[in-house]
Amino acid sequence: MAVPIAASPPASQAPGRLDLRRLLRALLPALSLALVLLAIAWLNPRAISYFGFTLMLNLAIPIALATIAQMFVIAGNDLDLSIGAFVGFVGCVAATWLRETPLIGVLVLLGCIAVYAALGALIHLRNLPSIVVTLGMSFVWQGLAILLLPKPGGKAPDWLLAIMGVKPPFIPFPILAALVIAVVAYVGLMRTSYGTILRGSGGNAVAIGRAGWSLLKAKMALFACTGLFGVLSGLALIGITTSADANIGNGYTLLSIAGVILGGGEFVGGRVSPIGAVIGALTLALAASPLLTFMRIPPDWQVAANGAILIVVLAARVLISRKDVER
Amino acid sequence: MTSVVGRIVARPWIWSFAGALLVWLAAILFTRGHGAGGMLTAALSLAVFTVVVGVGQMFVITLGPGNVDLSLPANIGLASAVAMTVMDGDDGRVALGLLAALACGFTVGVVNYLLIRALRIPPIIATLSASFVIQSIDISYGRGLQIKPPPGFADFTNIQLFGIPILAILTVAFTVGAGVVLQRTVYGRSVLAIGQNMRAARLAGIRVGWVRFATYALSGTLGGLDGALLAGYFRGANVDIGNEYLLASIAVVVIGGTSVAGGKANVPGIWGAALFLVLLLTMLNTFGVSAGVRLVLTGVIIVAVITAAGGQKALR
Repeated sequence: MAVPIAASPPASQAPGRLDLRRLLRALLPALSLALVLLAIAWLNPRAISYFGFTLMLNLAIPIALATIAQMFVIAGNDLDLSIGAFVGFVGCVAATWLRETPLIGVLVLLGCIAVYAALGALIHLRNLPSIVVTLGMSFVWQGLAILLLPKPGGKAPDWLLAIMGVKPPFIPFPILAALVIAVVAYVGLMRTSYGTILRGSGGNAVAIGRAGWSLLKAKMALFACTGLFGVLSGLALIGITTSADANIGNGYTLLSIAGVILGGGEFVGGRVSPIGAVIGALTLALAASPLLTFMRIPPDWQVAANGAILIVVLAARVLISRKDVER
Repeated sequence: MTSVVGRIVARPWIWSFAGALLVWLAAILFTRGHGAGGMLTAALSLAVFTVVVGVGQMFVITLGPGNVDLSLPANIGLASAVAMTVMDGDDGRVALGLLAALACGFTVGVVNYLLIRALRIPPIIATLSASFVIQSIDISYGRGLQIKPPPGFADFTNIQLFGIPILAILTVAFTVGAGVVLQRTVYGRSVLAIGQNMRAARLAGIRVGWVRFATYALSGTLGGLDGALLAGYFRGANVDIGNEYLLASIAVVVIGGTSVAGGKANVPGIWGAALFLVLLLTMLNTFGVSAGVRLVLTGVIIVAVITAAGGQKALR
């Protein structure tokens, strides 16, 4: 699906206005998070505390990691529809092999990252639609997870439980973790020279190819990063839930895509924002259950709330960048 | 003679049928010929549901890169609940229920397009957000819905003529119609043109907005129809009834030889691919493998088939 779209707006026309728009656009994810936080604070002031945040945002860590994983493939104009099943499989590995035979567990998880890199190579070499390949892979991961753990169970390794149970002073652990994730992804993808090449391979593959960079390596690197963060997401999830289930990560595929888009990412052109993606994931995690619980909205409508938030934020984005290039 | 063979081999859809045949033969070989016919009958009845949504998805995907309808599973689930509620187990209300399901699907399609249009976002995200909302509506509306389909309607979805399900015959007629619409009508040609180059299509005077609107509405309507039929076949509505059709609808389109880059569609391939997927599951079931192995093999084979079929270079 490598579609070179020359859609970057001409930067020289009205620099002042454009900068304001850009600023607003960049701030939009943070604004939506602030709005959700304000709503929670208004509905239940006691939630805005060290323990409140620790409880409310605990599950946001794996979601944020899965969102960053998804962001890497989206940066390369691809989409990973298997990330949810993959997170579930990693969770099953973590709750069984990683505890009982750590060496095998580590090797399997490293192998998973290699599989992701190989998928990237396959998609690039055969020019395959990533949607279909990853949909097929979601069956594979799910099947492997069921083979490994037919019934919910297993137990997380103690060191994992210890890491996820850390209680740092003053700043709740999930917020600290989100900051670390955002900074690592930001520096890696936005501030290193190879990160620029990676984004360029999504923005204008032909140009990057002509400049002498290997598009194959770029695609493999992007997919390997997705695999890496997918593994981290699965580990974090099991560190919180303590036991695993083959279907534990199923909701993550859609959540991760929504998080990336909410955070200001776009499907084509290598335009992504790691910090925005983490903020997007936090917004979704907060809006999905704590906010709705405080608003006494039945759980049936939680999914709808995710959809509604996506629609509202995207509508706001349209209002801000009204004069952007027509799609 | 060789040219005839060459022309047949050059058809992209031939491979999906060849795959279906191969899988069927493998299954029969395993059972030593037992149940060969029954297997085909069952495969035909199940393939119908994939073909119906596959055709809708094909029109959408043909519109070009990024166009895909991810709201189909939620749409099917909601329509199945709506159809069962309206029919209320009464044979006299079958037509009304079908109409309600179609209207429900049509509405979903319209909402999808409005989101794409109003928010100017990629269809993947628009249909995804819509599907979140639809799913919630379905969960709160359809939970614990215990209405059985009217007996006449349930029987109709199961009738066979010489071992061929009536529904399959009707669906073949429907796909022929879809092929004619795609290749011989202004609407179909417009869809292909937009998929090949949206700008050029617009400059050529095609009303791109209307064609895209019609395509998403069509896909939604077919999802609604599928929901009603599934509820009849499986004797009841269910929130999860459409879940497997997210992968299935996209997979049959791509395996069937339609280009994901858009502008190149293939109707017969959808049948071949749908039969292939259903027979593949049948084969794995006859082999008696566990659920986990079945999932892994299904995934591996789908990836392998896509790899073998290869992606075409985008037309530009």
